[in-house]
Amino acid sequence: MLNSIFTIFLFQLAGEFVQKFFELSIPGPVIGLILLLSVLLLKNRYNRSPSTFERELVSSCESLLNYLPLLFIPVGVGVVMHLTLLEENLISVITIIILGTLLTLAITGFIMERLLKEDDQK
Amino acid sequence: MIDQQKLYSIWVYLQAEPLFWLTLTIGSYIISDSIYRRTNLFPLLNPVAISVLLVSLILISFDIKYERYFEGAKFIHFLLGPVTVALAIPIYRKWHLIILNSKAIFISLIIGSVFAILVTYILSLQFEIQKELILSLLPRSVTAPIAMGISEIIGGIPSLTAIITIITGVIGASLGVFVFDLIKLKKMEARGFSLGLASHGIGTARAMSRDKNAGVFAAVGMGLSGLTTSILVPLFLKIVM
Repeated sequence: MLNSIFTIFLFQLAGEFVQKFFELSIPGPVIGLILLLSVLLLKNRYNRSPSTFERELVSSCESLLNYLPLLFIPVGVGVVMHLTLLEENLISVITIIILGTLLTLAITGFIMERLLKEDDQK
Repeated sequence: MIDQQKLYSIWVYLQAEPLFWLTLTIGSYIISDSIYRRTNLFPLLNPVAISVLLVSLILISFDIKYERYFEGAKFIHFLLGPVTVALAIPIYRKWHLIILNSKAIFISLIIGSVFAILVTYILSLQFEIQKELILSLLPRSVTAPIAMGISEIIGGIPSLTAIITIITGVIGASLGVFVFDLIKLKKMEARGFSLGLASHGIGTARAMSRDKNAGVFAAVGMGLSGLTTSILVPLFLKIVM
């Protein structure tokens, strides 16, 4: 468990470093994700069987991801407490968001559904 | 006989402690999540939305400042970074699916990201809102830190963008499934990708709770649309302004 936590933190730290160093607009943790994914894929090329360390990392990450919704609560509460910032535009903004999001979901999903291939490795 | 004076002084002490707000946040999530599971993941009872309402209600009724609440909640908030890195794992495990569908992903990504910006712009013009607010709305589909960065570059108000982004996430996560059912989407990968692209992390959380493949495609959609949107929004503004 501790090894996995350390690995995740290390990759996030590396991501933050790369972001600051190259002054990128992508957040550090997303770069950390790309770095960790690249290392895992590279390793997989040479050695397909997962080590104990890798198995532990997989199970720790998956259990952390189970709590993903919980992590949005602090920011979400901030939104409710600061809704007054939208002032008289609240209704228009909410309407734009609802229509815009639902239309985007429909278009993207519709195109993706038609382009996807069947997964034969299921 | 309960000493009310004493109880009150204990409350005054506890509500100033981070532990209190941390416990409250986790507690309200456990309650909302069990309601969500008991109703067979009914989308309108999205656990993020319900917990946020519960906590906000308590803060408002006891007249607690957000800053004080965040003193405790920041420990949970901190985990958003590590959990983003952890998304590498499900993507890694389903990598063959992503390679197999790389063309579908690329085309849907471009059309979806362009459409998200375009539809927001057109709707904003219809509602005749001021320019600063339009600029704060444009990057709304992507994860908050990226959206705020874009907003700052193009002259929007980053804190407004943060609020708009979270509302977008909750709307997508709670109403998305009705749209998918309406247009009869059968493939979980298509539903997931679309949720990640249009409503970032909160949409991804919803997709993950429904289906493993949907979750992976949501994570991919969220990451990639963050990338394309940060390039497309400034480009779009050069064309229309």
